[in-house]
Amino acid sequence: MLDFDAGKYAAFVWPAYGLTAIVFVLLIVDTLARARRWRRAAERGESEADGDDTAS
Amino acid sequence: MSGFGVLLRRELALSWGRGGGPLLALAFYAATATLLPLAMGPEPARLAAIAPGSAWLALALASLLSLERLFERDYEDGALDLLALGPAPLELAAFAKCLAQWITAGAPLAVLAPVVAIALGAPPSLAPMIAVTALVGGIGFSFCGGIGAALSLGSRRGGVLIAVIVLPLFAPPVIFGAGAIDAYAAGLDWKTGLMLLSAYSLATLALGPFAMAAACRNALS
Amino acid sequence: MIAALANPRAFMRFSRWAAPTLGAIAAVLAAAGLWLDFTARPDYQQGYTVHIMFIHVPAAWMSLFVYGCLGVASFLGLVFRHALADAAARAAAPLGAGFTLLALATGSLWGRPMWGTWWVWDARLTSVLVLFLFYLGYMALDAAIDDEARASRACAILALVGLINLPIVHYSVVWWNTLHQGSSVFRADGPAMPLSYLAPLLTLTLAYMAAFGALWLVRIRSEVWRRRAAVLALRAAG
Repeated sequence: MLDFDAGKYAAFVWPAYGLTAIVFVLLIVDTLARARRWRRAAERGESEADGDDTAS
Repeated sequence: MSGFGVLLRRELALSWGRGGGPLLALAFYAATATLLPLAMGPEPARLAAIAPGSAWLALALASLLSLERLFERDYEDGALDLLALGPAPLELAAFAKCLAQWITAGAPLAVLAPVVAIALGAPPSLAPMIAVTALVGGIGFSFCGGIGAALSLGSRRGGVLIAVIVLPLFAPPVIFGAGAIDAYAAGLDWKTGLMLLSAYSLATLALGPFAMAAACRNALS
Repeated sequence: MIAALANPRAFMRFSRWAAPTLGAIAAVLAAAGLWLDFTARPDYQQGYTVHIMFIHVPAAWMSLFVYGCLGVASFLGLVFRHALADAAARAAAPLGAGFTLLALATGSLWGRPMWGTWWVWDARLTSVLVLFLFYLGYMALDAAIDDEARASRACAILALVGLINLPIVHYSVVWWNTLHQGSSVFRADGPAMPLSYLAPLLTLTLAYMAAFGALWLVRIRSEVWRRRAAVLALRAAG
């Protein structure tokens, strides 16, 4: 049903799909890593602020 | 009007007095033009074919040279603050800066351009067309370059950053100018190309200062 | 609805469910699109290379669509001095650059078997290349200015200048190509597209758009957290 026989065009088609996959993976990983990093930083900051407030 | 005259005279003095006026830009232009045959090989027919385009390209690059200091000196010593707060609008000061840069660097480059092109093998009959397009295109390069220079104020790595920002803006005048020269050489309609180039240069002249002033105010904030 | 999103808290509430939802939609559409892609029968004109078209056209469309989003966000940030709009503009740039890179690369890989050349200086390809250079310049400017507010405004000015410039570049190459009569204009679509091609194309385009939406929202969320962290650090120090 799914036609994967690229014949002589394999050298063009598969690198195209491969590159697309790589770029998407990179964008997703970078986006999620960035989000995790700054979320942690914000939450750390908030817990420190809360600690200070209750202390004073 | 006299306010503008004062601004212009100041800018002319600044850009001319800076290290031998246009000599640096001219020398750079000649140097890059010299590198071309070394890179392409001396075969006359091939060089002659790309001569006008290469001369035009090297012109664009040489125009980038004096851009970094266009606003930066005033920014560093506080003169830009005064210009921003002064009676004349900052847009006018930006206009004066780019106009002065065109007069002291762009115009001499435009004079050298046909010489460079002929040295690379272009037919001498193209000389007037090359000079005119270089003169008109030079306005576009100065004012677009000014936008890049103003945006890069207060950032690190000024010179290279300006080039990266400005190159997409240089694409239309390079295409229109080189295309006009090409058309002229081939006996086709060159007037359209020249008009398109002029239109672009006039647009940058009219609109550029607004972008430059906004960028300067941003840097000063 | 836009006004409701303008409030950072409202935006965080909205994006917390919207981003994963869009991500899930993107995954489903991608799977469906790829299935439609590889069950479509290649015609005799294009051969198997039509499968590259299915991932090239969405990428090319996205490169322009993201540019439009970046332009709108820049305009709103500049005019209304809105930090969230600023953040949205700067968050979109790397995504746009990625799509543009894919458009250029897949286009090249498609062009070689289809028309025998890796590259041609026609209006469309040249404009996409200049667009890529614009994205790079935009990201370089953003990285070069330390102060966030100043960086946002400088980038916004550059974005608006670039927005005016891109159609001019496109037109200039169109004009330049008309000078050299005899250069055939390469049409990416060729004859009218059969339905069996339209389905995977549209599905994958929607998948790309959903993916962009999800990633964009998450990147803006990162910006909100980053600013929050910075403000809290300042308060803790002072």
